[in-house]
Amino acid sequence: MATLIAPDHPSAVEDAEALQKACKGICIDILQLDHAIIQKTLLNNEKDLIKKLSEKWLKRGSLETQRENSPKQMATIDVPHQVSFLEDAEALRKACQGWGTDEKAIISVLGHRNAAQRKQIRLAYEELYQEDLIKRLESELSGDFEKAVYRWVLDPADRDAVLANVAIKKISPDHHVVIEISCTRSPEELLAVRRAYQARYKHSLEEDVAAHTKGDIRKLLVALVSAFRYDGEEINTRLANSEANILHDAIKDKAFNHEEVVRILSTRSKMQLMATFNRYRDDQGTTITKKLLGESGDEFLVALRTAVRCFNDPKKYFEKVLRNSIKGIGTDEDALTRVIVTRAEKDLKEIKDLYHKRNSMPLEQVVAKDTSGDYKAFLLTLLGKED
Amino acid sequence: MAPFLLIALLLVYLFTLNSFKAKKMGHPAEVEVLSKALSGIGVDEKSLVSILTKSHHEHKRSIRRGCSQFFFEDERQFERWNDDAIKTLKGEFKRFKDAVVLSLMHPWERDARLLKKALKKGPQQYGVIVEIACTRSSEQLLGARKAYHSLFERSIEEDLAAHIKGSERKLLVALVSAYRYEGPKVKEDTAKSEAKALLNAIKNADKRRLIEDEEVIRILTTRSKPHLKEVYEQYKKISGKSITEDFEAELFLKETIECLCTPHTYFTKVFDTALRVDANEDAKKALTRLITTQEAGNFKGVSAKFAHKIEERVKGAYKDVLLGVLARGEMNGQV
Repeated sequence: MATLIAPDHPSAVEDAEALQKACKGICIDILQLDHAIIQKTLLNNEKDLIKKLSEKWLKRGSLETQRENSPKQMATIDVPHQVSFLEDAEALRKACQGWGTDEKAIISVLGHRNAAQRKQIRLAYEELYQEDLIKRLESELSGDFEKAVYRWVLDPADRDAVLANVAIKKISPDHHVVIEISCTRSPEELLAVRRAYQARYKHSLEEDVAAHTKGDIRKLLVALVSAFRYDGEEINTRLANSEANILHDAIKDKAFNHEEVVRILSTRSKMQLMATFNRYRDDQGTTITKKLLGESGDEFLVALRTAVRCFNDPKKYFEKVLRNSIKGIGTDEDALTRVIVTRAEKDLKEIKDLYHKRNSMPLEQVVAKDTSGDYKAFLLTLLGKED
Repeated sequence: MAPFLLIALLLVYLFTLNSFKAKKMGHPAEVEVLSKALSGIGVDEKSLVSILTKSHHEHKRSIRRGCSQFFFEDERQFERWNDDAIKTLKGEFKRFKDAVVLSLMHPWERDARLLKKALKKGPQQYGVIVEIACTRSSEQLLGARKAYHSLFERSIEEDLAAHIKGSERKLLVALVSAYRYEGPKVKEDTAKSEAKALLNAIKNADKRRLIEDEEVIRILTTRSKPHLKEVYEQYKKISGKSITEDFEAELFLKETIECLCTPHTYFTKVFDTALRVDANEDAKKALTRLITTQEAGNFKGVSAKFAHKIEERVKGAYKDVLLGVLARGEMNGQV
């Protein structure tokens, strides 16, 4: 039951010419290539042409890697210097074919590619095999491993949109996930999340957040999610002073849901907020987060505290989320996956170091103890473990 | 012979006396032209040029004497310009310049500056914030927010939230922060239940102000425009009245609904107010704002409706701009 679609009167010469033409220049636009020609080429094992194609893909891959080469010192994933998207797509296809799945192969490819590369691999896979890599992976994998790989392969903005949607649609919504996303992403990133959310769910993010929450928590979350903060470095010290006082008064009167508190937290720029929190600490002798500790039943207060902690020191916040997810009996796989997948390309290294300092044990060790199988292998790869 | 000569001289004298008198009172026709050229919206540049080029000192004096709305007799015996009249004139001459500057500006910068100005001017101008937030597309509004960052080094929601103290703060900040879904998908059931929620809010309006009702704010500031149009229809079905009628008491809510669901009604209203004889400066400025910021297609039918008034009240180059924009609207409905 072959699925190959080949022309009626194939001409080897013409095909070869077409491929040669497509390979001219620095990059090939794989979209220009006829599917039939590619499949035929690969099936017939025309090694020279495959090699040429691979080389072109390689060049394109390394161009991509160069562009991505910003000092991502704090990322944990280990990305090779040269990447061939074609080869990667082939490897993934092979891993998914036949009975069973070669999870190790999937981990070894995807676990070592950054966001831009993963996107190219998806495109190459789509072109070569006319199917969505993600859908294929969804059907081949299962459980926590599948969830983790699914989130990993998505574009960061799309991923955040999915995380937000899952959090909102729960019977008891996970406010902290929504807060985490709105407060730890940059203004432009949050905007991209809102766009991705609309494309995926045909509703705006704020619409769904508003429709699934009530009262004070709704006010806070909708405001946080709709913010498009100024992202400059300027600070107004007089303003920081007056707003630190406003926060102090609200906290003193236990009027935490005061409009002004929500206003300040949801509109001011991050730099301005830091200045305000620092001022608060200087004036009151204690950090604002300590003052926001209260009954855990007060969900608004908890949300407020989460937001402040995300602004103040996101790495410390993530370290705590990780710590809470693996300590004690049982593991919160959702939280563990979420932090590792969303921070692996950003600052997971620093978070790991923080964890080690705080718990006198490396994070990898605890993850290895608390998880198993392919899920464990994948997480450890993202954490930067050498194969 | 001599008596004929005398009579002739007498007649000539009488003639010149009469013409002197006429000059002293100002040529009524020119006084009328001047008054017309300087009243209404914009100025009739052509007529003004023809009057100004009459350099005769006496002539100008007689014009001054004839135009009592612009000049008055000063105690030291000279005809003096009325200061208020000069101020009004400044505004009218400025109208064309504002139209030019605004229309050439990038839409993002335009909206950012308009928002800042409206905020500065205070509550009577907050309607402009509603207009901009509700009549722009999601991407345009986003662009305005970005431009605001560049121009003023703050976010618009930051400034609005910090400066607006009253109950309209929630509404305005939420309107400006919205990034509405723009697709056509609408769930009829949700629209029905939200129409009911709005009706409920109206019923309890004496207990809780509409503008402070959580559900009202949520629906109006997060739902997509197609969805809100459906809510508008459903509301009419269950209550017999339109939402705008029932929300009459809360001006900002009413304008929000109008701009989101029935923008044409809103634009017609702005035109109507601006072209009235007793229109104030804000109303006239609204005219410039609309014709330089809205898609021309939003004004279909306006030129027919207001043709007579425009002819009467609007003058000069500004009138050409207005008619030009409206004509383009009739043609193809796109900028």
